Amino acid sequence: MALAPGAFARHRSAMRKRAAVFYSLILTATLLGLVVLAVLIVDVFRDGARWLDWDFITSFPSRFPARAGIKSAIFGTIWLMGFTALFAFPIGVGTAIYLEEYAPRHWLIQILQLNIANLAGVPSIVYGILGLTLFVRAMSLDRSILAGALTIALLVLPIIIIAAREAIKAVPNSLREGSYALGATRWQTIWHLVLPQALPGILTGTILALSRGIGETAPLLMIGALTFIAFTPASPLDPFTVLPIQIFNWTGRPQDEFRGLAAAGIIVLLGILLLMNTGAVLLRNKFQRRDEG
Amino acid sequence: MKTVSFWPGLRIGFLAGLVLMVLALAACGDGGSGLTGSVKIDGSSTVFPIAEAMGEEFQLLNRKVRLTVGISGTGGGFKKFCRGETDITNASRPIKTVEVETCADNGVEFIELPIAIDGLSVMVNPKNDWVDHLTVEELKRIWEPASKVKRWSDVRPEWPDKRISLVGPDTDSGTFDYFTEAIVGEEGASRPDFTASTDDNVLVQAIAGEENALGYFGYAFFVANMDKLKLVPIDPGNGPVAPTEQTIGDGTYQPLSRPLLIYISKRSVTEKPEVLEFVNFFLDEENGLLVEEGGYVTLTSEIYQLVRQRFNDRVTGSMFAGGSQVGVSLEELLSRR
Repeated sequence: MALAPGAFARHRSAMRKRAAVFYSLILTATLLGLVVLAVLIVDVFRDGARWLDWDFITSFPSRFPARAGIKSAIFGTIWLMGFTALFAFPIGVGTAIYLEEYAPRHWLIQILQLNIANLAGVPSIVYGILGLTLFVRAMSLDRSILAGALTIALLVLPIIIIAAREAIKAVPNSLREGSYALGATRWQTIWHLVLPQALPGILTGTILALSRGIGETAPLLMIGALTFIAFTPASPLDPFTVLPIQIFNWTGRPQDEFRGLAAAGIIVLLGILLLMNTGAVLLRNKFQRRDEG
Repeated sequence: MKTVSFWPGLRIGFLAGLVLMVLALAACGDGGSGLTGSVKIDGSSTVFPIAEAMGEEFQLLNRKVRLTVGISGTGGGFKKFCRGETDITNASRPIKTVEVETCADNGVEFIELPIAIDGLSVMVNPKNDWVDHLTVEELKRIWEPASKVKRWSDVRPEWPDKRISLVGPDTDSGTFDYFTEAIVGEEGASRPDFTASTDDNVLVQAIAGEENALGYFGYAFFVANMDKLKLVPIDPGNGPVAPTEQTIGDGTYQPLSRPLLIYISKRSVTEKPEVLEFVNFFLDEENGLLVEEGGYVTLTSEIYQLVRQRFNDRVTGSMFAGGSQVGVSLEELLSRR
């Protein structure tokens, strides 16, 4: 079929235009998110920067804005996230390995998978109610770090499982087949080949999940994490508070100064998040490079 | 072998985590009196500032006691308290009959003590130049469940024909319970079409930002936002009275003065010296300053005396017979046994 003279050029320029429109659209989408984030950060820093000093980090909460700090909340958050990772990571990765590498293609498994995806969308307060009934009361862990960590672990578990499954799925099958061909068992194949390959992806997913967990307030309020606490936990069975709860409490005070403190708390929380994410990126890069070498 | 060198990397990560936890352990506090153990406090957000102030000062004197204060609301606080999960619960309204029963079922005996007085304050926007006072009757017509008041002119014909926009605490709060009891005459009975929030700052903003707003909340939040709000004197039938520390304290601000209470588990007092010590600290008249700091009104010396007496005698049970006693003085209540 012969094109009329100039038709091809016209068609081409229309395509170019469309490409340009699409490009500007996705650029706007990206910038929109960035601008909102920037405004948020600038606003928080304007309110909170002058409250942020070493004393703020090393002092316990106080009803006097000048004396108030977030030591107990920082410790609470570190303890909580440490134990959450301890529970959620092995269980999540274990589940993902089972589902990807062992589970038979059975309708029961399919339902299981569907439910895990659904769980990721359950409102966090529901996990709080579950945690209150199961961990706080039935297991009588009281309002402890352990009860909080188990609750948050449940909350982030679906996200970790889904991310880990995707990472494991992405490992080329030829690797597994090569391993089997050399006489390796299934377990050897998974432990020495699949997991190291999938680890960067799994770590990214885990950090994203923990980053969500670190900002959770509702389920912890539900299980009864505390608001005023002027000591640091000494064991996982101790009561605790976390950064988001402290921030939430400060925003609710009548005095304006506390909103500055809340903003300073948000900066600290952002800082910890940034630290976690940086750690994840470093860890991932390290594993990837080693793998290539 | 590649894989062998692979996993130790993770082990270092775990070690780092462990080191972090050990550091957390080492940072544990020390010093203070010989008192140890724990004091668990929970309950009303209205009473929280007082409990926090008491807790903070007590903690400074007794470093080894692990004192915690939570905010679960008055109702949520009683739920935990009556399961024996807390030592002390804060309340902005008296314990209800059902809650007394739950406590009894679980074998939790409580000592009920008033610790401060709050005046529920009715507020309008500072630009509102027509409201000089409201009678209890008018407030009732505005807030009752079947209220027909939609505009300011519905309250008093000479007032402007402008929409009235109502603001109040969430139905979960003890403040809501007390206001409806005192104004409408039935606890929890209120028109549903008002802007509700559990966050008193939201209520402040709602009134400060809307010329036609009318709302109510605790006196403490008015004190902290005096420049943004206009206080409305209330007339119970014998002349309008505005809430001030004076009128709330001596009971002339009626019917919206209410006692703030703490409920102490009798078992905790008996078995835990740190709880006993904390309550004594709480009831020390010299620490009444801490109550005022929070924006509440301290009890008079006579009432302090009666409250301490009640605690020392370990009088259990409620003096409120399951609900707020509007218009009955604390002295009268405390002398009833």
